Amino acid sequence: MRPILLKGHERPLTFLKYNREGDLLFSCAKDNTPTVWFADNGERLGTYRGHNGAVWCCDVSRDSTRLITGCADTTAKIWNVQNGSLLYTFQFEAPVRAVEFSLGDKLAVITSDPFIEQVSAIHVKRIESDLSEQSADSVITLKGPQGRINRVVWGPLNKTIISAGEDAIIRMWDTETGKLLKESDKETGHQKTITSLSKSADGSHFITGSSDKSSKLWDTRTLTLMKTYKVEAPVNACAISPLLDHVVIGGGQEAMSVTTTGHRAGKFEAKFYHKILEEEIGGVKGHFGPINALAFNPDGRSFSSGGEDGYVRLHHFDSDYFNIKL
Amino acid sequence: MMKIMSDVDIEIFAQRIGVDLNTVDLDSIDLPPGYDSITVSDDEEELMMDESMEFESGLGNVIVVDNLPIVPPEKFDKLEGVIRKIYSQLGVLKDGGLWMPVNPQTKKTLGYCFIEYNSVKEAQSARESTNGYKLDKSHIFAVNMLDDFDKYLKVPDEWTPAELKPYVAGENLQKWLTDDKARDQFVIRAHTDTEVLWNDARKLKADPVYRRTFWTESFVLWSPIGTYLATVHRQGAAVWGGASSFNRLMRYAHPMVKLIDFSPGEKFLVTYSSDEPKGPRDTHKILLNIFDVRTGKLMRDFRGSADDFAIGTGGCGVASVSWPVFRWGGGKEDKYFARLGKNMISVYETKNFSVIDKKSIKVDNVMDFSWSPTDSILAAFVPEMGGGNQPAKVSLFQIPEKTEIRQKNLFSVSDCKMYWQNCGEYLAVRVDRYTKTKKSIYTGFEIFRLKERDIPIEVLELENKNDKIIAFSWEPKGNRFAIIHGDGPKPDISFYSMRTAQNTSRVSKLTTLKGKQANALFWSPTGRYIILAGLKGLNGQLEFFNVDELETMATGEHFMATDIEWDPTGRYVATSVTTAHEMENGFIIWAFNGKLLYRILKDNFYQFLWRPRPPSLLTSEKEEEIAKNLKKYSKKYEAEDQDVSLLLSEQDREKRKALHEEWSRWTKQWKQIVDEEKSHRQMLRDGEASDEEEEYEAKEVEVEEVIDVKEEVILGD
Repeated sequence: MRPILLKGHERPLTFLKYNREGDLLFSCAKDNTPTVWFADNGERLGTYRGHNGAVWCCDVSRDSTRLITGCADTTAKIWNVQNGSLLYTFQFEAPVRAVEFSLGDKLAVITSDPFIEQVSAIHVKRIESDLSEQSADSVITLKGPQGRINRVVWGPLNKTIISAGEDAIIRMWDTETGKLLKESDKETGHQKTITSLSKSADGSHFITGSSDKSSKLWDTRTLTLMKTYKVEAPVNACAISPLLDHVVIGGGQEAMSVTTTGHRAGKFEAKFYHKILEEEIGGVKGHFGPINALAFNPDGRSFSSGGEDGYVRLHHFDSDYFNIKL
Repeated sequence: MMKIMSDVDIEIFAQRIGVDLNTVDLDSIDLPPGYDSITVSDDEEELMMDESMEFESGLGNVIVVDNLPIVPPEKFDKLEGVIRKIYSQLGVLKDGGLWMPVNPQTKKTLGYCFIEYNSVKEAQSARESTNGYKLDKSHIFAVNMLDDFDKYLKVPDEWTPAELKPYVAGENLQKWLTDDKARDQFVIRAHTDTEVLWNDARKLKADPVYRRTFWTESFVLWSPIGTYLATVHRQGAAVWGGASSFNRLMRYAHPMVKLIDFSPGEKFLVTYSSDEPKGPRDTHKILLNIFDVRTGKLMRDFRGSADDFAIGTGGCGVASVSWPVFRWGGGKEDKYFARLGKNMISVYETKNFSVIDKKSIKVDNVMDFSWSPTDSILAAFVPEMGGGNQPAKVSLFQIPEKTEIRQKNLFSVSDCKMYWQNCGEYLAVRVDRYTKTKKSIYTGFEIFRLKERDIPIEVLELENKNDKIIAFSWEPKGNRFAIIHGDGPKPDISFYSMRTAQNTSRVSKLTTLKGKQANALFWSPTGRYIILAGLKGLNGQLEFFNVDELETMATGEHFMATDIEWDPTGRYVATSVTTAHEMENGFIIWAFNGKLLYRILKDNFYQFLWRPRPPSLLTSEKEEEIAKNLKKYSKKYEAEDQDVSLLLSEQDREKRKALHEEWSRWTKQWKQIVDEEKSHRQMLRDGEASDEEEEYEAKEVEVEEVIDVKEEVILGD
């Protein structure tokens, strides 16, 4: 089917997130206003106004009442999904890069960038069900990785936290003690900045994308490297299909060198790979800048991509897609 | 190399750290073995190496001048002054670098002296230029390097027969030709790795043969018939080859070598290096060595300034050397090589590595020359001189006789380019001429038929005279050629034949393809097929064209392709994107008919080279017979192909099955853990029971909706 073009952002997209039911799509961009859309027809529902910088990441609670956003204005904010009102603001010393609610939505993990005299850090905040009692204190703060931490997610049962970023190493931390449990192997792991990380529907495995022109699939519990998908351009975004054994990988030439080549050369395609066979299935063209964000609808029947060009493209799969044989 | 501390410094330093120097016995300090001073810099080893390269015994910069007049003490100063004057002109003498020993009894000089220069090079050039210098009638200088004395003194007086080394059978260097699947090899260079691979077109992949990191410091090169792979290093060049893997077969010492070139029969290797000028008045110093490939023996070296080697390149001002300096002629026998000089062409014989008959061919103002690829004939181009009074000309010379066998005068010429057909049958000279107004240029071709009596020449002009020629290419082993001509982004491509149906010696046009996106032509090495390619700016458009049938077989695209190379058998073509572009570095292998076989991506991709094959040993009759009975022969191979493809699909299926099984093991494990953790999860969610992530199932639901009902009466017959 023809993709639906969601025109609402004025600056490059940074992140896309569906709620659990898959009826809402949240988008973050560098233009300060996270936006929510109907995932079915692409109608814009509303925006969350209050940030004062590029919004890098967001997460929505399981019951779709709360949205947490991380922003370069050094804050993470919790919003009322329904009416767009600001519920709470976490203030940091440095730009916020990644956020995620834990299982049960009682905790949130937030990363902050290295900034002036700050090193990058992972903060865990307790989220009260009544936000009037919310405290700004962190339950635990983890430090250690060099450079920005681009993505952080919770491991199974909130026992671990998995982080990845500019130093190309994936780390697993113990939530209770804050100890570093495991690191990905330097030889087989990524060679350049990890730009994205996305969990499977059941959280048992996750995919990472890196500027080294590859995506890799890992076991969440053991950090075992399971698959590697080689692509032709640096990867900015990737996602695992909840329905079929597919992964989608997007990216393109670095934004700074885009102007020097035609859009053909940039490889601004969302590429589908067979998750198990590591073989390319096909590609979805359309963006005229690198793809920065990808997300599958939880029902696996549609996906959306957000690009440096400022558009979100919402694709509902044709029936042919479900009959692809490899 | 070492930090020098004067005694005073040491004392000051000792006082500061509170050591009484008098109590320290310097000799008692034990230094670790190998340390000759307290401070050792990191690059010492490297420097030592450099030194050993420069000086043989550290006295390489000293020359001995013999046959001087023997003079009494009162004339000593005068003689010394004369010698100093002669030798300081040729280089910088070291302080106290002139020493004339005196007989202690007679106080007379001994008739020789030692001169020490600052550098070996100066010493060498001084020796060369003053050996045999006549000071007066009875005193002719005999100048030698001091090092040479040692060398010659070491020669034993009695001859002892050299020890005979037992014969060691060499490796079969042609082993790769005996591949039972008749595959071809190629070498690629990407990042720091150099890799040799088989092109396994049946399995649609490249099969690795040998791989090495940092194999070469700049590039690699196959020898012309594929026996060796040459690598370039700081110390010189090396060749590799062998039956099973790539062993080093020979090294050719040539410090800072920049370029290398094989003779067509791969008997000789030419290496080239140039020194950066040291001062504004200095020019590039150039050194060329010619080695025997098999023995590694230096056959001859050529030294000089860049100006001596940069003739005909039009390089006024900045001298640039056009490579290869030496062009090899006379086919695969490697008999002759030639070099362009000022108003002459010097043709050398490999018999003795000197100019034939000790005389170069005199050709005034010669600009360019080229050899016939098969015969010892060379063609030289002389531009127009005297404001058009002296016409430009193209001359053919027979070597070694050096006789002019054909000549053609050309008028109002701006430039000429020579294209030889690879069997040496034809020579096409592309002539750019000025129009009468001298404002624009048009192009024509003069075609020489070398194998016919008296070498007839035919003039070919394009239908549209103003068309620019973008590319010209002869069909290998054939009698056709192709030209890309025209202005603008979509030029035309024309094919011509040297024969027509009635008259065998007239050029005739076969066809013109209009408006093609192409800027380069690549004939298959066996002829008949050609790729019309739009490289670089034209996005890598490829058209596979059959010239026998005059039809396009296939079109393809390798986006941003920079290079195209046919394999030596004409079965496959490689197109590659090298580091000229940032993105999509790598190569694609195509079948001759334009079918894409496989593609490999490599970052920082520098080079792709097919391993050449020696010429076929089959006689032309035998080749014809095979061509006639091709069906019979191909049957056998088709069966093999089928077996391979069956085997492959079988293997592929099994591999996929294994992968799926592995994956299902993983998912089973996860499912089990997820089930175990179910209660934990519920607890974390405040007892909310639904673990809905497992509830998602793909269900096809068909919904029928009546949109509109219309009743119509249809009248039937």
